[in-house]
Amino acid sequence: MASFQHLLDRLFLKKQAVQRTTPDTDERRLVAQKHSCPSCHEPLEVGELEANLFCCPKCQHHYRITAAERIKTLVDPESFVEFGEEIDSVNPIGFPGYEGKLSEARNSSGPGDSVTNGIALIDGRKVILSIMNFKFMGGSMGSVAGEKLTRALLTGLEKRLPVVLFTTSGGMRMQEGIFSLMQMAKTSAAIAQLEMAQIPLFIVLTDPTYGGVTASFAMLGDVILAEPGAAIGFAGPRVIESTIRQKLPEGFQKSEFQLAKGFVDAIVPRTELKKTLGFLIDTHSNNLRVR
Amino acid sequence: METNEIQKKIQELQSLAEKSNVNIDSDIKRLSEKLGEGARMTPADLWKKIQLARHSDRPTTLEIIATITESFMELHGDRYYGDDAAMVGGVGLLEGRPVTFIGHQKGRNMKENIRRNYGWAHPEGYRKALRLAKQAEKFGRPVVTFIDTAGAYPGIASEERGISEAIARNLKEFAMLRTPVLCFIIGEGGSGGAIGIAVGNEVFMLENSFYTVISPEGCASILLRDPSKAPEAASQLKLLPSDLLAFGIVDGIIREPDGGAHIDHVVTAANIKAQILDSLKRLETKTGEQLARERMAKFMSMGRFVEEGGPKSNFFQRLFSITRKS
Repeated sequence: MASFQHLLDRLFLKKQAVQRTTPDTDERRLVAQKHSCPSCHEPLEVGELEANLFCCPKCQHHYRITAAERIKTLVDPESFVEFGEEIDSVNPIGFPGYEGKLSEARNSSGPGDSVTNGIALIDGRKVILSIMNFKFMGGSMGSVAGEKLTRALLTGLEKRLPVVLFTTSGGMRMQEGIFSLMQMAKTSAAIAQLEMAQIPLFIVLTDPTYGGVTASFAMLGDVILAEPGAAIGFAGPRVIESTIRQKLPEGFQKSEFQLAKGFVDAIVPRTELKKTLGFLIDTHSNNLRVR
Repeated sequence: METNEIQKKIQELQSLAEKSNVNIDSDIKRLSEKLGEGARMTPADLWKKIQLARHSDRPTTLEIIATITESFMELHGDRYYGDDAAMVGGVGLLEGRPVTFIGHQKGRNMKENIRRNYGWAHPEGYRKALRLAKQAEKFGRPVVTFIDTAGAYPGIASEERGISEAIARNLKEFAMLRTPVLCFIIGEGGSGGAIGIAVGNEVFMLENSFYTVISPEGCASILLRDPSKAPEAASQLKLLPSDLLAFGIVDGIIREPDGGAHIDHVVTAANIKAQILDSLKRLETKTGEQLARERMAKFMSMGRFVEEGGPKSNFFQRLFSITRKS
């Protein structure tokens, strides 16, 4: 379950020339320079991408974005106030080399582990926002990510505000062993609390969302949205291929597949996300207003 | 092994502390650390335990149920798609009281293993488990689950029918059940497939079982880039009962006969039964709401991290006082 994450994780952190076959490995650097879209191969100008919320203006290929870029492209200007940033990882099972991996990740993508929490305005509506960051160790969920997600959920409960979670993760962080597995139960129990208090929870699945993250809070939203073309699943494609010993069909585990199979409510392009979330917040807030 | 002696000592200390109302957390912590040390055996020794957990003659869920109950009826199907033979469940009488049993089921031979998919359940298995757990809640029966799986099945059909959604829903719904839930890791506790039926008020592990976020083989091939280094990965993952007890993830370890559970199924089952009866005595005095709240609080407090400016308990205390009001 954690395997897919770590393969991607390795691709991300080491940037070895031989492993640069996944287009996404290059995407982060491509954004800052003139290049062709990895999906439709149309040439793109510098700045063109950012103006289009990091989506290809021609084919609408959605580039992976960081939590900071998500905030910038989603919430009302200067409305985001971060909380919960004072929590940090330890090496709970004494896993060899974990500290090194952590400091490597902190150096390349900043502190805060794989989750950023805050309170913000989306089109004028106040929400609790929790955003995963794939750049930090493949967005893997260990104790810190689990705690931060739980705190975001419970803050929504405490303040009676809708909660919006953006997922992107390779799965559980295997360096934290059983503690990371328990984060699945932890975040799900927090969602149970929200459910009892009738606080709305919106999930936005982004590329990629796998493993224990999909098999816990990511599938527990009152409404589950997905960005176009995102890979969403439980077991990674390589794990499935090696189990069943055959190639996977085209489009397997993509957002469109999950929509067809009935596991997401709608696929929403990044450019429409603000409006859609605003509508959903308005239509799910009756219980919040009366109190 | 001296592990059991240390566990006994910890239990003695805890009951002493409860009686005399003194704080001995630091002593318990020290002993618990020692317990972890005991588990720091050589990878080769540890691997023998992993092989015991996977032993083909190990008692399975249905065998344990048949041994400990006066009568049992298996109930089939998830009511949406089908019946998953890798996950079994039903209702039985345990010392005269009705109990719902749920568990992964491995086969005893090749033919049965093919039918039961070697205990790798599909979404319909997890949905059947939830149906039976909700049925237990409705009729005021406790739920006992037996975990023995390498994982949820990683296949096309499993993904198409929403294995993620099925496990996720179980995690949330099991947390909320207003009835006692007891979980026993009887062999392999493999990742999401295991925790999908392991959210209980009390969770126990058999002496030669393991519970892990990823299989030792999977971890070895990803981090050590060599699947044959699985014993080394297993020792790094800290997946033995003594480790998990020291971490506070599980609540106790069930003794097995010398040589392993497969040597004597009856003794193994009797030890499990004794634990079920002991736990139920404690849990059945509580209200459904209390049980659900305690279960949620138990899992919501799991995780290890550092925090600037104060312990996390304040935050949880604050929130639990809020949820109690609403």
